[in-house]
Amino acid sequence: MRIAEIENEIIEEFELFGDDWEGKYEHLIDLGKHLPLIEKQYKTDDKLIKGCQSKVWLQSGLKDGKIVFTADSDAIITKGIVALLIRVISNRTAGEILNTKFEFINKIGLIEHLSPTRSNGLISMIKQMKFDAVLLESKA
Amino acid sequence: MKIKTTNSTFNIQKIRQDFPILSEKVNGKPLVYMDSGSTAQKPTQVIDAVSNYYQKQNSNIHRGVHHLSQEITIAYEKARATVQNHLNAEVPQEIIFTSGTTDSINLVASSFGRKYINSGDEIIISEMEHHSNILPWQTLCEERGAVLKVIPINDKGELRLDEYKNLLCSKTKIVAITHVSNTLGTINPVKEMIALAHEKNIPVLIDGAQAVPHLKIDVQDLDVDFYCFSGHKLFGPTGVGILYGREKWLNEMPPYKVGGGIIKTVTFKKTEYADLPLKFEAGTPHIEGGIGLAAAIDYINEIGLENIGAYEHELLEYATLKLSAIEGLRIIGTAKEKASVISFVIDEFHPLDIGIILDKQGIAVRTGHHCTQPLMEHFSIPGTIRVSLVFHNTKEEIDVLVNGIQKAIKMLK
Repeated sequence: MRIAEIENEIIEEFELFGDDWEGKYEHLIDLGKHLPLIEKQYKTDDKLIKGCQSKVWLQSGLKDGKIVFTADSDAIITKGIVALLIRVISNRTAGEILNTKFEFINKIGLIEHLSPTRSNGLISMIKQMKFDAVLLESKA
Repeated sequence: MKIKTTNSTFNIQKIRQDFPILSEKVNGKPLVYMDSGSTAQKPTQVIDAVSNYYQKQNSNIHRGVHHLSQEITIAYEKARATVQNHLNAEVPQEIIFTSGTTDSINLVASSFGRKYINSGDEIIISEMEHHSNILPWQTLCEERGAVLKVIPINDKGELRLDEYKNLLCSKTKIVAITHVSNTLGTINPVKEMIALAHEKNIPVLIDGAQAVPHLKIDVQDLDVDFYCFSGHKLFGPTGVGILYGREKWLNEMPPYKVGGGIIKTVTFKKTEYADLPLKFEAGTPHIEGGIGLAAAIDYINEIGLENIGAYEHELLEYATLKLSAIEGLRIIGTAKEKASVISFVIDEFHPLDIGIILDKQGIAVRTGHHCTQPLMEHFSIPGTIRVSLVFHNTKEEIDVLVNGIQKAIKMLK
């Protein structure tokens, strides 16, 4: 599936909740709980992206020419957003990753979590993902 | 709801009407504002004073011969006198307008530091300080080769006075501690601590940012050398703050920032600086900030700090009782003397998650480390949820908060 298709799929998934913020957040929390956890040996300080409030760990790797991400966070809602981001850009080429703007986050009404004021580490994580993608592909 | 206090005019309904923002809705819900510790909301009296300044008074102070400049100079100096009276300072020149508590502390650390701090000297702070009362001293110590000494706290979040007494010595050049902890709410026994330091002729700076909205401050009674606070936490405008300094110190200290408005004469060889307080007020100040701050102080005094204290204590007790009843909730900071600030954690839930779900319900709290990372380390937690209550909050709002937390727990489980 193309990135745009996955983004649309997520938008449709969240449209089901309409104005029901509780349902939306419960879904997000659920996604966070089911995020494939980063393997313990990678949950080290060098994989840590420090937000002011929550922490995010990011592990980037290369598999069959595609960039693969796993991640974790100590806050569950942050983790839910991380799960969405990974669903969109994991297992992609660096070119695809660089061009992704995550506009779906705005459309599903969660843009506040990607705002620089939210200090949850997500903005830094996206930067790190793009950086890692370029680096890994150049090494391949 | 009327609250029985020493002054029968304390009417919570009327008070809430003074704060226009309290009738706003957030995420479709009535705003429940419990983050006054970050910044307080502004009553109409303050908003009007600032607006009136721009509509009718705007001009530069201490400079012009024209009517407006003279009028606003008088008004600005009247604002200084309002602060002086409020703190019971001996003379108006002991009141320096700054941009806030951070600026006030930096002023003292920089200016006092340059004059008095040398290699091997010691500066005492405490484990519960806000980063704003750590970093200026840490930087100063690095620059001057001085040593930072830290008063530890006990597990209730109270300063260890026995340790403090041991730290005070002939090398100590200044003590800088908070009056009320922004994270724990602890009210420190500053009067006693100042007296102990003075026995050894050591001056004391008090960070009063979290104290002034709740307590009556009398700098002469405290016998304090420096007292700092921000206007915006006292229901005044942002960007304005106060440094009270004992005249003796301020006279001896060199200017912190230099520039326009603080000189007697300037030649390229030598500059002679103006007398207090202008010596420390280079550049055009935050004029409407000073005017607004005076309006805020007048407003507070109209309600009466005694009435405010009694009502807020009632809120603190009610909130502590209600919050403690929530399963898995642990209050961080259980000092005997507390202002109406409550920090807590709930089971393994991340404070950020709780904060986000409360926000969705229109409840504004603060989450995180509250710029007190060493304190978080002491309690081995990443952060807390902090509820800071003031006299416009109600018990009904505390009930809304408690229900909001229950909902968050249910969703996160």
